Amino acid sequence: MSAQAVLFDAPGPRARARHRILTVLGALLVLAVAFVVVRKMNDAGQLDSALWTPFLTDPAVWSEYLLLGLWATVKAAVFSIALAGAFGLLFGTGRLSHNAAVRWACGVIVEFFRAVPVLIMMLFLGFGVYPTIDAIPDSQVPLVAVVTALTLYNGSVVAELVRAGVRNLPKGQGEAGLSIGLTRGQTLRLVQLPQALRHMLPALIGQFVVALKDSALGYAILYQELLTWGKTLGSAYSNTVPAYLVVALMFILLNVGLTHLAMAVDRRMSRRLGDQGAAGPLATGPEPELEVLHAAPPPGRTQP
Amino acid sequence: MIDILTEYNVLGAFVETLKYTVLAAIGSLVIGTLVAVMRVSPIGVLRGLGTFYVTTIRNTPLTLLMVLSILGLAFIVGLQLSEDFNANTFRWAVVMLSVYHAAFVAEALRSGVNTVPTGQAEAARSIGLTFGQSLREVILPQAFRGAIAPLGSTLIALTKNTTVAQVIGGSEAAGLLSTIVENEGSSYGAFLIIALGFVILTLPTGIAFTHLSERLAVRR
Amino acid sequence: MITRRRLAALSACAALAVGLAACGGSDSSTGDSASGAGLKVGIKFDQPGLGLKQGSEYKGLDVDVATYVAGKLGTPADKITWVQAPSAQRESLIETGQVDFIVATYSITDARKEKVSFAGPYLIAGQDLLVRADEAAITGPEALAGKKLCSVKGSTSAQKVKDQNPGVNLQEFATYSECMAALTSRAVDALTTDDTILAGYAAQEQYKGKVKVVGKTFSQERYGIGLKKGNVDLCTKITDAINSMIKDGDWQKAVDANLGPAGYKPGAGNPPTPDACS
Repeated sequence: MSAQAVLFDAPGPRARARHRILTVLGALLVLAVAFVVVRKMNDAGQLDSALWTPFLTDPAVWSEYLLLGLWATVKAAVFSIALAGAFGLLFGTGRLSHNAAVRWACGVIVEFFRAVPVLIMMLFLGFGVYPTIDAIPDSQVPLVAVVTALTLYNGSVVAELVRAGVRNLPKGQGEAGLSIGLTRGQTLRLVQLPQALRHMLPALIGQFVVALKDSALGYAILYQELLTWGKTLGSAYSNTVPAYLVVALMFILLNVGLTHLAMAVDRRMSRRLGDQGAAGPLATGPEPELEVLHAAPPPGRTQP
Repeated sequence: MIDILTEYNVLGAFVETLKYTVLAAIGSLVIGTLVAVMRVSPIGVLRGLGTFYVTTIRNTPLTLLMVLSILGLAFIVGLQLSEDFNANTFRWAVVMLSVYHAAFVAEALRSGVNTVPTGQAEAARSIGLTFGQSLREVILPQAFRGAIAPLGSTLIALTKNTTVAQVIGGSEAAGLLSTIVENEGSSYGAFLIIALGFVILTLPTGIAFTHLSERLAVRR
Repeated sequence: MITRRRLAALSACAALAVGLAACGGSDSSTGDSASGAGLKVGIKFDQPGLGLKQGSEYKGLDVDVATYVAGKLGTPADKITWVQAPSAQRESLIETGQVDFIVATYSITDARKEKVSFAGPYLIAGQDLLVRADEAAITGPEALAGKKLCSVKGSTSAQKVKDQNPGVNLQEFATYSECMAALTSRAVDALTTDDTILAGYAAQEQYKGKVKVVGKTFSQERYGIGLKKGNVDLCTKITDAINSMIKDGDWQKAVDANLGPAGYKPGAGNPPTPDACS
């Protein structure tokens, strides 16, 4: 059920006329803003073709800078999210443990890593800890540090997702598991986690977007990802502003692509398993976002 | 480590961090609520704008938004918020922190709207409330209470993300760290102090919001 | 369903395994300076005229100095691995052995000497101002009152200008390239840092004729080659290499080729006499 159908009545003739006027005004406003921005950029010489043509004519812009960065960004994000998933499962279920000591230990770890800025963790690991460990080759220290920091942070967020996902399941699920003679561990593993994980999947992929963007912080410990390469490109071609705009566009396209992938996955699973969200969340508009697909979203979801 | 505390104004830098956090928290709450309302409004253009806002802002690294705000909006488009660069940087940093986190606030609110049963909206309409009235009187108050936990996460993230203001010259905690590193070389003591400062700032926020979300949850 | 999930898990594991294998494989060369197998040299990647990645090549004065020094150490140019060395990370790179030495607009200071050793100086630079070509009012640091200035956050140049001109309107960014964009869009009036860095920008194709270096330095920055603290042997060899580079004229050629297009002439004290190693 869409928001439009629930939150307001079908507009009558006067409301429709008013909406049309507002629509035209809104569109005009957008056009006016766009016009001013383009004119000012032109005045400042930022639209000179010399600044923009390298992106089309010089393959080195892509092969020597931007694609190197894109690959590094994706690599760091893929490793981190895979490991964060494992970390989150471990500590999320740890927080559901019936052993108070385990519950507490996991809680402290999760809360700590959610509190420290990713950048500070990267600096600490990349310059303080890893260079002293011989098993990590020097050339890989930045990548390993970026991946670890992103794993600890995103893993803590995922741990909260897991905990909330299991908690939000109907109580009957756990009780049913116990009543047919499963142990607590078996109930968690065989009954509760599979359902919770299905609910988490969209938010999990949403967290991938966060990891992808946060890998940009790796510049501080020499991890050369997309943003760093964009900066270097801007210096080499004296086109800093255009380079940043192109990099921003690349990030947006990459993340939108991921988001759509996440939605497609979610739709597939909903079809397969029959969606219990049929009761109808209010705000699932024409273009539903990941996190709002479920009637009761778990707390502590995707964090910026 | 002690000499860093005596030689540099660490406390002052964290006060600055706190100022960014508080102002941007208010800003992002206002903008985020507006965007969330736009996204469920009856007017197509507004819905489209709201969706566009969330998609672009949420998918761009904050670092880029910050730099482009000063280089692009302030310097090229000419939207200087003050003739004084220090004030200009501070204001733009607050604006960009607000704008960035507003996208997450809007999403949190939408998820909050989701926790409101359909019957509430139908009841509001059936007693003759308009779209604005039913949002204001019925839906949003419940949505806010349902969105406390994700709003808390956003506030924690905002506190930590103030570090990004250093790329345009903000003089908060991370900006101080880069000055210390330039003068003293990389010093683990400095990293440790700054990390500890953030833990002190964010841990209580997390605990408070977990508590609040349980206390304010709408019983159904 | 189950098989599908297994497959996903397996492919994730496979991706990890491939990544780890790649990690192991890429470190076949130990990069030890004594072995002659190659050198890891830290330079700036984004500093025109000094250390700049241009396509697949590296160009600039620092690059030329590093290549010459490496040659004297017995390492041909194609055996050098260039490592990006941003200002804030230079000491860490040296201390952790991620580079053998660093040639990256690295001023010799007492604070830094506590962590690393320096060979050189190989160049004496000074803090200067870069303005638009049509600027007449800014003739030196004393004419900065009420002007808009740009520099890099936390840099020595920025701190010095703030101390000496409390009234100056200073915008700080993360890199000088961003300052250049601000300067050419007329949002700031001047950019301040070492004259070499400024000349490097002024020599770039895009900025030729649009900006000029004021040419009145108001500090002395002695650029050295940073290396592991206490490695006197390497320091002596590098110092000898710098001396011979200056003597056989390659030093002057490198300065002219990289910074000459901007009309840069090395200031007083150049070519420098390197300090003794200790």
